[in-house]
Amino acid sequence: MSEALAIDVRDLTKSFGTRKVVDNFSIQVPRGQVWGFLGPNGSGKTTTIRMLCGLLVPDSGSGTCLGYDILRESAAIKRNVGYMTQKFSFYEDLSIRENLDFVARIYDVKDRRKVVDQAIEQLGLVRRQQQLAGTLSGGWKQRLALAACILHRPRLLLLDEPTAGVDPQARRDFWDEIHQLAAQGLTVLVSTHYMDEAERCDRIVYLAYGTVLARGTVAQVIGESGLHTWIVEGEDVRALAADMHNVPGIDQVSVFGVTLHVSGKDAAALERAIAPFRTRAGFKWQKATPSLEDVFIHLMAPFREQTS
Amino acid sequence: MFGISIARITAVFLKELIQMRRDRLTFGMIIGIPVIQLVLFGFAINSDPKHLPAALNVQDPSVYSRTLVRALENSGYFRIDHIISNEREAESLLAEGRVAFVVTVPPEFSRELARGDRPQILIEADASDPSAAANAIAAISQLPATVFNRDFTGALAPLRGTPPPFEVVVHRRYNPEGVSAFNVVPGLIGVILTMTMVLITALAVTREVERGTMENLLAMPLQPFEVMAGKILPYIFVGYIQVTVVIVAALLLFGVPMLGSYFDLSVALAAFIAANLAVGFTISTVASNQLQAMQMTFFFFLPSILLSGFMFPFRGMPDWAQWIGEVLPNTHFMRIVRGVMLKGNTLPQMFDDLWPLLAFMLAMMAIALMRYRRTLD
Repeated sequence: MSEALAIDVRDLTKSFGTRKVVDNFSIQVPRGQVWGFLGPNGSGKTTTIRMLCGLLVPDSGSGTCLGYDILRESAAIKRNVGYMTQKFSFYEDLSIRENLDFVARIYDVKDRRKVVDQAIEQLGLVRRQQQLAGTLSGGWKQRLALAACILHRPRLLLLDEPTAGVDPQARRDFWDEIHQLAAQGLTVLVSTHYMDEAERCDRIVYLAYGTVLARGTVAQVIGESGLHTWIVEGEDVRALAADMHNVPGIDQVSVFGVTLHVSGKDAAALERAIAPFRTRAGFKWQKATPSLEDVFIHLMAPFREQTS
Repeated sequence: MFGISIARITAVFLKELIQMRRDRLTFGMIIGIPVIQLVLFGFAINSDPKHLPAALNVQDPSVYSRTLVRALENSGYFRIDHIISNEREAESLLAEGRVAFVVTVPPEFSRELARGDRPQILIEADASDPSAAANAIAAISQLPATVFNRDFTGALAPLRGTPPPFEVVVHRRYNPEGVSAFNVVPGLIGVILTMTMVLITALAVTREVERGTMENLLAMPLQPFEVMAGKILPYIFVGYIQVTVVIVAALLLFGVPMLGSYFDLSVALAAFIAANLAVGFTISTVASNQLQAMQMTFFFFLPSILLSGFMFPFRGMPDWAQWIGEVLPNTHFMRIVRGVMLKGNTLPQMFDDLWPLLAFMLAMMAIALMRYRRTLD
């Protein structure tokens, strides 16, 4: 394989009815990297992923996945891609082993029995392999789904919100596994709503209303946002937050327990705007780098009207 | 009082109305099913079939045979389609179900009639459906007393009156005692298979959609034909098991004869089961949930029992209903299975009903494959 890009698509556009869900989307993902796909609900993440693996046909645009044309060679793409759906989509009325065996047969996996055995062992489910998949908890279902997706040794993994509703420990294990796979040369594109997961990606792409609003490493995205943030610590930050609403120069105020993130696009204006509040007693003000979440909320601000 | 609130009842009532309106198919069924039943029961079904196809086997052509043809047709129950002159032809017409009756005028009929020897006319009725033949047979028994009165002129005039100048002998073929179970039980094989085979496959794909496993299935390298074949094959076995159960019961409990060969029957069965499974598969590509799939199955099942000749004599239906019936696989299978079990028919004799079954199966499979979605679009 000569080409260095696992995904190389340009100007993908997809509409459902009159609603444009993905608008001129382009990305180039190098092999062996883990890319995060972020954006609010309905931003077109799932639709984009489905177009990449041949589940949806784009209205326009073109490109390749693993060197295969996404329009004409979807059969070849399907054989080499592992796609994990947002909702658990294996058979709840089949056992863990039966599910894996089914997948292995469909992909015509060599040494099927051995591969399935190994997968069950890696999952740590040897003793529960006869258990019905439907009786597994959310975290185990995700792990089973991931195991099933990589059974046929795909070269590209497309994961659609794989950790939604999964506890932190299970999420961390899941991500450790993803980085292990990436280390073996697998390319991963994963959509998520979790900021800590985004921070574990090599690159992130932020999508809203079908268009890319930001992309790059986490540091790049934060840097390019041009956002300035002050962190306020104190007893009753909620009251302070309410007072700072609709003050010119302050673009967003969010409460995180006992701290407050106050952000603005214009550093000087922000400093002027917060000056009267800084005189209040009992609060500690500190200039800080905005968090990824601050940046994303800031990016979404122009669309706020549309969402409500 | 435990505080029954009109407002809360209204809330549920309004929600139900909105949901009912959204579910177009169910709404259509609420209107459609009564209309279909009205039309089928009201217009299509007629338990007193008339103009039944018959053959006249004339061994003694004379003025009497011509009068007989006219009289049979005037009774309203017979339509003489074939004039033949040998027993073999009569046999095969009856076996293949092309005619319901063969009326045989024996050699020397007119001479014996003139001599006052009271010759016999043989009526062979296909009694595999006893109810279809009953009224026609009753009508025939009226004939001898008066039918030839206008032909008896001059010297023959004394033949008018009693006793009738000739006798009618009726042979109820294939089911001499007119046991209705002989007709119903083999027919049940077709009905049971139609119901279960269509329903099972109709649910098979819809279930994948409803449970969200379809997305995964589509993301895997599977061809539509592979999915269809894989989903249909297990149910062919199920179908054979069902048939075995019904046939064992037919033989042991109801004493239905099995004159033909099991091999011939199983050949026809394969085509019939596959045709029904293809219908189910097609339904499952259209229905968006399991309830809709069940409703559509019912939509197919209703004409399959009413217009196939299972419940009511096929020949009693008006032409339009017969045309619909001719399309349905159950109609043809019903004839095949009754033919094999009661008449001992073999494969070549089933041909007339086998090819429409195969044509239906292929057409349905083609539609199912075309309708099967390869993507989520």
